[in-house]
Amino acid sequence: MSDTKENGGKGGFWKRLSASLGKTRSQLAAGVGNLLLGEKEIDQEVLDDLETALLLTDVGIDTTQEIMADLSRRVRRKELNDTVALHGALGLLLKELVDPLVKPFEVPAADRPFVIFMVGVNGAGKTTSIGKLARYLKQQGLSVMLAAGDTFRAAAVEQLQAWGERNDVAVVAQGQGADSASVVYDAVQAAESRGIDVLIADTAGRLQAKTNLMEELAKIKRVVQRLNARAPHEVLLVLDAGVGQNALSQVREFDAATGVTGLILTKLDGTAKAGVVFAIARQVRKPIYFIGIGEGIDDLKPFAAESFVDALLANE
Amino acid sequence: MFDSLSERLTQTLRGITGKARLTEENVSAALRDVRMALLEADVALPVVKDFIDTVKRRALGSVVDLSLNPGEAFVKIVHEELVRVMGEANDALDLNTKPPAIILMAGLQGAGKTTTVAKLARFLKERHKKKVAVVSADVYRPAAITQLQTLAAEVGAYFIASSGDQQPLDIARRAVKEAGTQFADVLLVDTAGRLAIDADMMAEIQLLQAELEPVETLFVVDAMTGQDAANTAKAFNDALNLTGVVLAKADGDARGGAALSVRAITGKPIKFLGMGEKTDALEPFYPDRLASRILGMGDVLSLIEEAERKVDKQKAQKLARKLQKGKRFDLEDFRDQLHQMANMGGMGSLMEKLPGMNQLPPGAQAQVDDGMFTKMAVIIDSMTSHERRFPDVINGSRKQRIARGSGTQVPDVNRVLKQHKQMQKMMKKVTRKGGMQKMMRGLQGMRTPGGPSGMSR
Repeated sequence: MSDTKENGGKGGFWKRLSASLGKTRSQLAAGVGNLLLGEKEIDQEVLDDLETALLLTDVGIDTTQEIMADLSRRVRRKELNDTVALHGALGLLLKELVDPLVKPFEVPAADRPFVIFMVGVNGAGKTTSIGKLARYLKQQGLSVMLAAGDTFRAAAVEQLQAWGERNDVAVVAQGQGADSASVVYDAVQAAESRGIDVLIADTAGRLQAKTNLMEELAKIKRVVQRLNARAPHEVLLVLDAGVGQNALSQVREFDAATGVTGLILTKLDGTAKAGVVFAIARQVRKPIYFIGIGEGIDDLKPFAAESFVDALLANE
Repeated sequence: MFDSLSERLTQTLRGITGKARLTEENVSAALRDVRMALLEADVALPVVKDFIDTVKRRALGSVVDLSLNPGEAFVKIVHEELVRVMGEANDALDLNTKPPAIILMAGLQGAGKTTTVAKLARFLKERHKKKVAVVSADVYRPAAITQLQTLAAEVGAYFIASSGDQQPLDIARRAVKEAGTQFADVLLVDTAGRLAIDADMMAEIQLLQAELEPVETLFVVDAMTGQDAANTAKAFNDALNLTGVVLAKADGDARGGAALSVRAITGKPIKFLGMGEKTDALEPFYPDRLASRILGMGDVLSLIEEAERKVDKQKAQKLARKLQKGKRFDLEDFRDQLHQMANMGGMGSLMEKLPGMNQLPPGAQAQVDDGMFTKMAVIIDSMTSHERRFPDVINGSRKQRIARGSGTQVPDVNRVLKQHKQMQKMMKKVTRKGGMQKMMRGLQGMRTPGGPSGMSR
């Protein structure tokens, strides 16, 4: 069973994403797609159902109301006359919202080693994402090294080492209880001396309301900057697709502490739809580099606005 | 965690306080805000709808008690309804069976199952004097088994070894046997995180459950979960017929609507809250208290319980005697207080439980930072014992030395001295005749429902 998971298996991956998003929808009374299926006149009930559907995907009340206000205005002006037109307008609106978040993940040749920090709350999927990202970067012909900066959680180091073995990349570690900043510092030095292209540093999961832990992240950054003023070149916040409106607070607080440069959206292969992405697009605007769609080593894909919205709106 | 939700509801309800009657109009305005607040708190939409309908029906249909004003009556209805949705009482774990009593954990990836197993093991060991064995059937996530092994050693639970090349079902069978020969009272079985739509994995855990026949099957859910909490909880409950829920990561700033959703949708009690990363950070869930907290009445009960458990009574009594004798509250005492505060989970955790605290402007709450208290204690540690007993001798050059010694700046030292002075003044007031009664009166005012309105009366 774990084999099929690792290989990512059956069908195109967007098909899988679409399928998993579709599965959710079938469990819900009113999915966005089904709701607007077939040509029907737009009445208040249609609009209410649409609002409900948006709320159910974690779009959030503010963003939902803004989207609804826009669509309702166009309905009143007779710009949208039936549910098919409404469906199209909604799709366009959502795409326009997330389009600015699309940004290819690039590793410029000038920055060596290119230092990436992985940050996020507990259980978001940082270590697993590192395993997949290492694979992705290696496939681009880059040499990769990992730093076991999560020195707090039991066996976090071993977990990262397992991913290091799978990817055949070196892991710099000191063990549980070590100073995280010193591990990352050592790793940057090691990467420099060995001529490694990319260093990915794991960090312990932390809830963004814990000021002292957030301060620790800032410290790791300061320490690394003593070696290289431009590092870390990317600070990637790992967001669980299942998180609701708290995702906004996560982006804001981690950004304040470490200067988040981009997001990885994990666990999109579940029933969560991550509609909070639209609220992120409106309010905090950080690029989404990747999405995670499984526990296998290849289950990391670049984020694509069009496909993301299509998967959300697709009919069964 | 529920701060924002309680802030919002309190605001809404403040509007309704002072109105002469509960009318369709003023209730529906309040209800709209309650709906918004619940949605923002990530409560699942169907649960919100149900909640709003019931509150509305009860609010309009009920005869307002003569002793309450309409605002208070509305608060009471919302409160009662919140308690009802979250379940009426804390259900403790049911361990009445032939030992070992087996507890099976289930949940999504990253919800916090393994950490919860460690916390539960410690909880059962320390509070219920149980001999606890743990085993991991997570053969998928790298190092998941090692993680549990490390945690088991930390909390003093018996660790039953397993490895990634074994079948979860075999692990379970062997673990039950081994727990039996070890005379364990309880066996906690950790499992891999799984998606509710992963049919193979759901079948696996169903088989595990059938084999183990656990007395408890606990669903661990992340307090930050959004609308999906409803789908997931339903799917797990359908597959496993859960006996309870653990709300993990409830110490963050998430509004925790997942608690309401999961409870309403599965009908299964929330038994524990995970309140931190340390293994002692597991609290029993009391819906009535949480509902009070949501409504801004504070969680005075759990605070008292916690204080009794953790505050060093001897030190407290010593301080009380000292103060009664008219002795001054010196920097040694101040430091003891800082340490006790830290023992009780820090200021943040304390403030969350006090009534009326959510009335403070958000900025003021953010300023209360536990790091600050640690820093203050370090500064006091850098003083000589003479300086601690007689703070007045601390002059400019002593301040510089203290700042250097504690790795801080002179203004930080000044701040500690100033805060100590203020504490001293307050202590004087309290110990003066009648001071205590005055303070208690103040506290009582705060405890009436609706908090702030109670205070102003």
